[in-house]
Parts: sequence; structure tokens; C-alpha cells
Amino acid sequence: MGACVRREFVKGIFRENPVLVLMLGLCPTLAISVSVKNAIGMGAAATFVLVASNAIIALAGRFFPSKIRIPCFIVVIATFVTMVEMVMGAYLPALNAALGIFIPLIVVNCIILGRAEAFAAHHGVLPSILDGLGMGMGFGLTLLMVAFIREVLGSGKFWGITISQVYSSTGAVHPAAVMVMAPGAFFVIAFIMGFIAWRRERQLEQKRAAAIALMSETRV
Amino acid sequence: MAAEQKQRLTLSFGPHIHYPLGRSTAELMWTVNLALMPALVWAVLIFGWQALALTVSAVLGTTLGEMAMCALTKTRVTLRDGSAVCSGILLAFVIAPGMPLYMPFVGGFLGIVLAKGVFGGLGHNIFNVALIARAIMMATFPVPMTTAWLVPKFGQIVPDGTTMATPLAVLKEHGLDAALALFQQMPDTALGALAPWEKLMLGLRPGCIGEVSVVFILLGAAFLLYKKVIRLYIPLSVIAGTVFMGLFSASPMLHSLAGGLWLGAFFMATDYVTSPITPRGQIVFGLGIGLLTGMIRIWGGYPEGVCYAILLMNIMVPALNEWFPPRRFASRFEEVNA
Repeated sequence: MGACVRREFVKGIFRENPVLVLMLGLCPTLAISVSVKNAIGMGAAATFVLVASNAIIALAGRFFPSKIRIPCFIVVIATFVTMVEMVMGAYLPALNAALGIFIPLIVVNCIILGRAEAFAAHHGVLPSILDGLGMGMGFGLTLLMVAFIREVLGSGKFWGITISQVYSSTGAVHPAAVMVMAPGAFFVIAFIMGFIAWRRERQLEQKRAAAIALMSETRV
Repeated sequence: MAAEQKQRLTLSFGPHIHYPLGRSTAELMWTVNLALMPALVWAVLIFGWQALALTVSAVLGTTLGEMAMCALTKTRVTLRDGSAVCSGILLAFVIAPGMPLYMPFVGGFLGIVLAKGVFGGLGHNIFNVALIARAIMMATFPVPMTTAWLVPKFGQIVPDGTTMATPLAVLKEHGLDAALALFQQMPDTALGALAPWEKLMLGLRPGCIGEVSVVFILLGAAFLLYKKVIRLYIPLSVIAGTVFMGLFSASPMLHSLAGGLWLGAFFMATDYVTSPITPRGQIVFGLGIGLLTGMIRIWGGYPEGVCYAILLMNIMVPALNEWFPPRRFASRFEEVNA
């Protein structure tokens, strides 16, 4: 049980990271990851919706007629998104204004719909909650990483505060404006994905080498 | 001695240059570098030391990028072939002379890594490396790239930092009269007052470091033609295309002489790796660049379009090589006997 719990939780962060491996939810990633503040807000909102909708769909999924299951999922997800939007509008109006249309758009976020369809609909409640938590954290951490790189390189700031007067749009060293735009997000994501692919290749190579070594040993 | 043995079989990536026999990539690239020198000397004459410092900075960036990529991919260091130095000089030639010194270094480094290194090094790049570096700088440092045009002055060592708009930018924003009035602020030679077109030919105008002087670019180009490094198909068709589009604009004269047309036509578009291999393909390629340049300048958002026109046509090169393939040996013989 313990190992299973750990696996369902951890897979969303590394092995099946929604953005970097499954390549889902790229649209909010491009739009939101300009500042660390926004990334944390978006990550938290998406994680909440993911966990809650996964739990409800795992509980009630078997009652949904299979032909109209997607609209049913959307209704469940939209309920929680509306709750997030209202809470955020009441208590965090600045963040709500910064995230803008991307909060209502969580309804059609393919990570959440994807997890409902691919996992929660035919798994138990506890694994579904863990899956949602892991996937949400994977999404949030990726957003955070991309946003950190983009905010530092693109606007010379961290958490909205200018790092150094020298490294600002009025200083001696200009931040790279391209990082604030969508191409900058593509560059950053591509580099991170390239790094992950390189690591995976290297691990495979090592495994292959170990297997060959083992085979030659047994032959002797 | 194995090292002294003559290499019998050499495998290399295309395009394969057969003529004249025994010519190496290094020889060609260093010839191009030499041909770029007249324009650089002129730039130093009118923009001061800054032009030279920016060129050195760009070359340092491309050199370091090349070394980094060779170390990362564990391949032989390919600095000696001069292609990284060539990209660096060309990058410096297409940026504004009043930029901070670190910018071409960053641009050159990223250009080599992103446009050449990740594609597999020299001969594998899809796009012209110097122009990708420029496009990266354009997106990264948009303000200095479009405003830091120094005022040309003879013999200034340290420029006083006054900037002005380029003729094409003025033409786009304020019309022909304002663009022509700009030339009255340019210095005259000892020979007397010069007409705008004479100043454009000589290079007495604000612009990128290496693009200002048509005469000195042509001097380098003539050297390349004499050495048979480039052929005229691409440059002439690029210029023909742009001049044709110039007829639709307010000033054909400014469109054909101002901007980076001559540098792009002779030194950028003729890059072996990123241009088609047959004359017919090269002519279509060149005309495409010329027409796109004119379209971007006249109807697009930017005052200058040579860079993006060449990059766009670079994408077409594999298709052009497919549509205009080299004639197979004895193919006409088959037709006759069919």
C-alpha cells in the first residue's frame, strides 16, 4: 500500500510530469509563467481543482453514462473552478486580476480533463486524490521553474522586486525581453525537456551496458 | 607513420565544392573574412572604435559558443575553419553601432549554439547563423537594436553618443521628404557637397556597422568573385527583386541603396550551407529574398526586411533543391535515346 501510494503521488512530479513529459497544459504554462507569483497562484488553483475533481469523479464516475461522460466531467470541474474563482476574487483580487481569463480556462485545462478520463474514472478515491495531488504539484513546480527562469532573465526581477538596479531595463545590463514573450517560454521548456531526454537516454545507456556486462559474465 | 599517410577517402557533408581542386572550408571562410575587412575599416572610420569593439565582442561570442558546443558534443574543435569568426563578423555588421558591448557577445554565443550547434555544426544548420543571432538580439534587446544608430562623422575616435533614425525608418514613419532631409545632416567630403545617392554609395549615413557603405561592400564582393568564392546568381537576383519591389514604394533609390540589401545579397544570402545548389534554384531563392524584403519594408511593420527575408527563404532551400535538382550525368543522353 505504501509503495503504491508513493508511486501514484510521485509519478506526476517526475516520470509523468504533465507539462514536460505528457506535454499537456502548455497554454497556461506559456501565459502564466512570466512571474513567480502568478505561477504559484496558478499552480495552487489547478492543484485544488485537480484533487477535488479527481475525488468526485472517482466516487461518482461509475454513474456517468459513458456516452456523455466528458460533459459530466466538465460540469464537475467547472463547479470547482467557479469556487476557486469566487474565493480568489474575494480574498486575492490582485492575483485574480493578474491571472485573468486563465482561471476560468482551468475548466478546459487538458491536464485536469486528461486525469479525469485517464485515471480517476477507473481508480479508487485515495489513488485518485494522490494522482491529482502529484499531477497538480508537477504542474505547479514546472510552472515555478519556468517562471523563475523567465522572470529573472526576462524582466530582471524576482517576486516582482528588481534584483539589481544595474540589471534592469534602465540599468547598464538589459534583461532579455524575449523571455517575457511566448517564444521565451518555448525556449525554456525546450531546454528543460532536452535535459530530461538527455538524462533518460543516459540512464537507458547505463542499463544496457549493465545488462551486456551481466550477459558476458554469465557466458563466461 | 599513420599520421603522415595520405588520406585516401574523405567523407564530408554536402554541398561538396569540387572546383578549384583542393579548396578547403577554411580557405573559403578566411577569404570571406578578408573580404569583409574593407567595410569594417570604413565603419571604424566613421563610427569610431566602437565599431571595432562590437565586432571583437561578437567574434568572441561566436568563438566561445563554438568551443562550448564542440566540448559538449565531444567533437573536434572546428574553430580553425573560420566559420565561427565569419558568423561573428557578419553579426557585428548587422547591428547598430551604438549598442552596449556585451550585447553582440550574448547574441553571437546564443546564435552559434541555437542555430548551428544544436543542429550538428557547420554544414547542418538550416538558417544563416549570423542572421539567427541578429533575430535573437532583435527579440532580446529590441530597444538598442532599433535606436542605437550613431551619427557618422569622419575620424571620430570615441563617438559622442548622439543617435538618429536610419533613412529607411524615417522613410517609413515620416515620408520621403524627411528621409531626404536627413542626408543634409550627414558630413560632406573635401570634394564638395554630395547628393543623397552619393552619400548612400559611399556610406555616409546612419545604419548597421557593416551595411552602410555600398562601395566598400562591393570591393569585398569583387574580391570574392575574383577568387571564385561566390557566383553572381544569388546577389543579382536578390538585388533585382528588391529593386522591382522598390518601384512600388515612395523611393526606389532609397530602397535599393539604403538598408542592408548589398551586404545581405553578397555576404548573407550566398552562404553555401543555406542556399540552393543549382543556378536555377539560386535565382528563385534570390528573387524570393528580394521580393520578401520589399514586401516587409513597404507593407510590413519593420523598416528593414533583409534579415527576415533571407531567414524565410532559408526554410525554402530543401524544397528548392528538390524542385531544381542538379542534372544527372548523361540524363540528356537518355532523353535522346528514349
